[in-house]
This record gives sequence, structure tokens and C-alpha cells, in this order.
Amino acid sequence: MTAFLTLLGREIKSFFYSPIAYVVLFYFLLLSGFNFYFQISILNGYPTEFTVVEVFFMPALFWFPFILSFPLITMRVYSEEFRMGTLETLTTAPVTDWQVVLAKFAGVVFFYVILWAPSLLSFVCFKYLTGHEAAAAAGSYWGTYLLLFLMGLFYISIGCLASAMTKDQINAATISFTTITLLLFLGFLSDVVGITDPTLKEMNSYISAVEHMRDFSKGIIDSRPIVWYLSMTALMTFLTLQVFQYRKWKA
Amino acid sequence: MIKVENLTKRYGGVPAIENLNFEVAKGEIVGFLGPNGAGKSTTMKILTGYLPATSGRASIAGYDVFSQSLDARRRLGYLPENTPLYTDMRVGEYLRYRAKLKGVPSSKVRERVGDVLELCSLRDRERTMIRDLSKGYRQRVGLADALVHDPELLILDEPTIGLDPNQIRQVRELIKNLGGKRTVLISTHILPEVEMMCSRVIVIHKGQIRASDTAENLLKNHRALGAMRLEARVPASTGAEALQSVSGVKDVTTEADGDWSVFQLRLDANADPGEEIWRLARDRGWDVREMTRRRSTLEDVFVDLTHSDS
Repeated sequence: MTAFLTLLGREIKSFFYSPIAYVVLFYFLLLSGFNFYFQISILNGYPTEFTVVEVFFMPALFWFPFILSFPLITMRVYSEEFRMGTLETLTTAPVTDWQVVLAKFAGVVFFYVILWAPSLLSFVCFKYLTGHEAAAAAGSYWGTYLLLFLMGLFYISIGCLASAMTKDQINAATISFTTITLLLFLGFLSDVVGITDPTLKEMNSYISAVEHMRDFSKGIIDSRPIVWYLSMTALMTFLTLQVFQYRKWKA
Repeated sequence: MIKVENLTKRYGGVPAIENLNFEVAKGEIVGFLGPNGAGKSTTMKILTGYLPATSGRASIAGYDVFSQSLDARRRLGYLPENTPLYTDMRVGEYLRYRAKLKGVPSSKVRERVGDVLELCSLRDRERTMIRDLSKGYRQRVGLADALVHDPELLILDEPTIGLDPNQIRQVRELIKNLGGKRTVLISTHILPEVEMMCSRVIVIHKGQIRASDTAENLLKNHRALGAMRLEARVPASTGAEALQSVSGVKDVTTEADGDWSVFQLRLDANADPGEEIWRLARDRGWDVREMTRRRSTLEDVFVDLTHSDS
């Protein structure tokens, strides 16, 4: 456990050793702040049945930086170790490969939480300034942030897997960005192609992140997406371990 | 401390090491010699648990490096070739991180890091970013890292490469002082270094062990043991003929230098014909201006053992 915590500490700190963390945090906050302001301005225009939380997490202005953040925060996780050769000092220390893989994953998750925590402030400010709740019920907050966390776990595990596959950060970023984008667009598929087959449609909605967000931001906490995200995260992390060991032994 | 049995490693069918067998006892400082690509680093990487062997077994302090890898790794300090380090950390911070990672109890971390900083003369660089350090300092950080958990066994892959002569001397002293208490396996190309530091030498070539003995014994048993040089005022042909007849002289090559002749003699193993040659020159009335014995060095042994066709 000590070894895991030591590794985790180094992973978290390593974000802040490089300017990447600050740049990502800055622009992420800027974009989400702008998104918040923009949505409220629209809501001000005419009566609507949506809450502020719902509209905040619906538009492209949310999804685009959201997707883009994963390649940025995961690309260096393994690639950098391969490139610098520090994999050798890391794996000849008395730590297991599982400890390394989980610590790297948990380190990114930690940073992801830091990335999103300030967005809650927007809703707090909204309430403070207007006297209205941004969402009608607490379930809406819980649901939204729970889903955000779950999606984060899954996409971070994809990013880690991509980083473990290559020693080039750009390659890692390209692989994870493409994969996550494709996954997201699969969710729109039924609308775009006009799938009418009910089974296909149901399968599609099972993995559609956009649809999950629609439900969760209303406070409808559905167990199917929870199972989907958690099991996919476990699978990706398991694959990451396999790739990591394969690359280590091939070195 | 180290036990290697029939260790084989192939990269895509090409053997890097084949059927390696050797042992290193506690407290020994063993030099691991061989030309580039001989399999030194591969062997070290297997011992440290970084690479799996294709077949065979290796153990450290009785722990199998593959099946009991963690126990084996806890007992060794490893300095890889090229000293990879996290360049975005400060020296002290890096060593504290490594100490914790290697299981030094948190109450002892500060003390141990202080000790290795002192030992590797890094005190004044404790707060420097590793990326700002010169090659020599990085090497010392790597060494400090290898030592920080006070391991029983040190495996050092070319620890003096890239250092200046003063630094090499320091590192050499450091390693020498570690002996007795710790076991050290060290790979290098620098032969005088081995003679100075190591209690035993293992010569490896093309993945196989060519010799394993003390530097002294290797020299003693080396067949082209020595050579002699004689400069005398005598016609080259006459001189060569006379010298050839001395027992222990293998062959003679000559070179003229005015009225002087320079004779290069190659001697048989363990032969010592110096006295007889001197008597020969005296009896025949040769003027002699130089007579020197060149002992074979570890370099001769190394070249002989690792000559590609041998």
C-alpha cells in the first residue's frame, strides 16, 4: 500500500511539474465559464423546461472540451516513461505491475476531479446571485457529477491504454482522441442514420454518452450506464496491464 | 548472493546469452567484462527482474528473480545503463521518492537520503532540478538511488561511463568502500578499473562465459604472457638468430635503428628468460641501451578471450 501511495503521489505531482496542468486547467475553466454564461444568456431569452444544469451539460461547448481533455491529461502517463527509459528504474523497484498501472490511472482520475470541481462553483454562484437553484433537485447534481465521474473513469482508462501502447505522446493522444470521439459519435448514430430497429436502437442508447447525460442531468440514475462504464473501465485497465507488461518484456 | 543456472535469453530466436552459469558470493566485487553486445546488460536486466529469461534460472539471496521477484528486487540496488532519471524532479525529492518506493520506513527516509547525498557528494545539489545536472552528477544521483535502501547487492551497469577522471576516481573509491559489506556486480569496458576494484572478473563474449577468475590468475594463466624489448648494437640477423635460441622465446621481430637493432620478443607462458638474454648479450659483447619486460595486461587477456574467432 505504501508503494502504491508513493507512486500515486509522484503521478499527481508530475502533473504540476509541467506547465500542461496549468494550461489545461486555465483553458478548461475559461471554456466552461463561457459555456455557463452563454447558456444562461439563452435561458434568459425565453421560457424553457430545462434547468441550468441540464443545459450546461448538453451543448457542444461542453462535449468538445470534455473529450479533448482526456488525450491531454493521459498522453504522457506511460509514453514519457518509455521515452526517458525510467520504466527500467520504476519496474526494478519492489513494486508490482498492478500497483504501477493502478497508481497511474488513479493519478489521472485525481487530476480529472480537480479539473471538474470548480465547475460546481458556477452553480453555487448562480444560486447566490439569483436565489434560484440551478437544478430543481439535488438528484440532478448528484446524477450529473456521478455520470461525469463514471465517463471520466472510462475515457481515462482508454487514454492510459493508448499511452501504454506508444512512446510517442502525440501518437497516444491521437489514438485516445479518435477512440473517444468515435465512441461519442456512435451515440448519435441512431439519430443520424435513422435506425428504426428497436433492438439496435436500444443497444445504441445503452452506450450513448449523450443519452446518459440527458437522463442523469435530470436526476434519473440508471444502473445500466453505471455497469457499462465501470466494466469497460475494468476491461481497459486490465488491457493496459497486459500491454504494459508486453512492452516491458519486449524492451 | 547471486546464482545463475543455465540462463538463456533469445530475442526473436537470436540468442543474447546462452547457458550462462555463475555464482557471486556475499561480499565479492565482481567485474563483468565483455565487448559491446556480449550480453552483459541482458544478464543484468534479467537479474533485476526487468526482463524474463527464455530459459534457465537465476536467484538473488536465494529468491528466484522471476517467481519471487519482489523479494529479490527488495534486496538489490540497480543502476541501469545511461542512468534514466525523472528530470522534472529535484535531487533530494527524487531520492526521497525512490527511498519510499523501495520500502524505507518513512521515519528513516530523511536519514538514508542524507547518508547517500553525503556518500555521493551531492549535498550541494540537493535542491537542483535533475534536468539541470551534468552527466557526472546524474550518474551520482543514479548511484545514490541504487544505494538509498541500503541493499545487500548492487548491480551497476557501466557506472563510470561519461565521467571525467576525477569523478571516475571518486566513484571507484566509493564502490571499493562498499565491498565486504555489500556484494557488487559491475559491468564496464574500462579494464584498469576492474583490476583496481574487483575481487573477481567474469569475461563474457557472444553470450557465453569465457573466463571467471581473479584478475591476477587470469594474467598468470594467459598464454601470451609477456613480451620483451631489447635494443642492442648488433646486426639484426645475427642478433635475432642468437635470441631465438634462448629457451622461452617464442619469436623475434627486428627493426633497425641506425647501427642499433630493436628486437621485440614474444615469450612463452610463464617463461622468464631475462637473465639468460642479459648473459647472452654480455658474453657476445653487445652494447645494450634498453632492455624492458612488458607484462601482459588485462587488456591482452580481454582481447585474447573475446577475439571474435576464438
